[in-house]
Amino acid sequence: MTDAEIRQAFLEELTQVAPDIDPGDVGEDDHLQDDLELDSMDFLNLVTALHQRLGVDIPEVDYPKIATLALAVGYLKGRIG
Amino acid sequence: MAVFAMPSLGADMEAGTLVEWMIKPGDTVTRGDVVAVVETQKGAIEIECFEEGTVETLDAEIGATVAVGAPLATIRAPGKEVAPTARPAPPTAPAQPEKPAEAPAPTASAPLPTAPTPPVVPQVGEAPPASPAARVLAAERGIDLAALTGTGPGGAVLLADVEAAKAAPLAEVPLKASAKPGLDMAAMRTAIANAMARSKREIPHYYLTQTVDLQVAIDWLTATNAARTPDKRLLMGALFVKASALAAAQIAQLNGHYDAEGFHPAKGVHAGIAVALRGGGLVAPALHDAETLPLDELMTQMRDLVARARIGRLRSSEMTDGTITISAMGDTGADAMAAVIYPPQVAIVGFGAPLVRPWIIGDTIAPRMTVTVTLSADHRVSDGRRGAKFLSAIDAALQTPETL
Repeated sequence: MTDAEIRQAFLEELTQVAPDIDPGDVGEDDHLQDDLELDSMDFLNLVTALHQRLGVDIPEVDYPKIATLALAVGYLKGRIG
Repeated sequence: MAVFAMPSLGADMEAGTLVEWMIKPGDTVTRGDVVAVVETQKGAIEIECFEEGTVETLDAEIGATVAVGAPLATIRAPGKEVAPTARPAPPTAPAQPEKPAEAPAPTASAPLPTAPTPPVVPQVGEAPPASPAARVLAAERGIDLAALTGTGPGGAVLLADVEAAKAAPLAEVPLKASAKPGLDMAAMRTAIANAMARSKREIPHYYLTQTVDLQVAIDWLTATNAARTPDKRLLMGALFVKASALAAAQIAQLNGHYDAEGFHPAKGVHAGIAVALRGGGLVAPALHDAETLPLDELMTQMRDLVARARIGRLRSSEMTDGTITISAMGDTGADAMAAVIYPPQVAIVGFGAPLVRPWIIGDTIAPRMTVTVTLSADHRVSDGRRGAKFLSAIDAALQTPETL
């Protein structure tokens, strides 16, 4: 998958979990919890959706590595291999 | 023959707007079936049936605003034949609320009008009579009450009239536009304001706080989740809910409803889960019989409940059955939360954000993950001694997470 495809997938799952977030408003470095106000349940739902869509099982210790869109794209690219 | 009426879905609900029928005449319904969807200040709610039998007539049309207690449908009990004599035809006009949505309801002596009063157009320049809720909403939205045509008695402007006026181009909504369709954040804020003001007016709150060692629970949770795929993982919030539900099951004076006759303890613990919505809303749908649910099942139901709260699709029983509310700050935020009781409940538990604190174990000091738990309770029903027992029961439950 290209960076653009991963980015697209991430934004789609994010806005599925939080339907009131406009994908156009998500900045590269916006923090999912601090800036976009995802709570722990939203975050877990996002991790679950990414697992189902991309086959990447993100362990809890890696949660900080997907804390922003920019971080997540890099992390997921590495994990998809 | 039973009249299925618009249920009250919260302490301050006056009316709801019918948006969808899930049944039609001739259908068989049983208790608990979702029969209609009603738009309220708390979003769209799936209305469950309290009756059993065959749907005889639908007595309200889509789009009609129906007052609490006014008929929605007529349901014939099973085994009962249709009466042989001709019955009056069901109303064909759009259903009107049987009673003015805004009529003050403190006394039962006020007679209910049998027919809606025809609207009266107030004189130009004269401030029309308006219900308190209508005034609040109109002020919030910058709507001129004199410009509205009231549909209440004597031309009084009702909440529904102000709500209808929001579509008018002259009405500038001061708050950011609704976060999503089906959830009107300004209306929800009004509902929260009413419920919380009533709570602080009527309920003599007392507060107790205890800081609890959370290290054992965190370690257990981390180890448990490490072996699980994301869809099976647990959140600390689920442990908080289960521990609180177990504690509430032990202390009857904190679990139930308080009404005009006094306190009614509840049999099961229906834990209201406070869910904050982006855009400033808050709902606390009930997780039924939380004290009996295995942790995995409780987590599954919590996920479903939160997801439906976010899209504004909760069920009527979830809006009304809560017997105690649990509110958690989440991973980050303030250390402690002294919350306001949601009437007619008599207690609410606030969990602050977990925090590593220096902790004394035996005669050594160690860094431990901790959480500060605050009970807000109704002094008409319980006192500090009971409240303290409740908090220590939560503490004890969190020390053996594997048994939750």
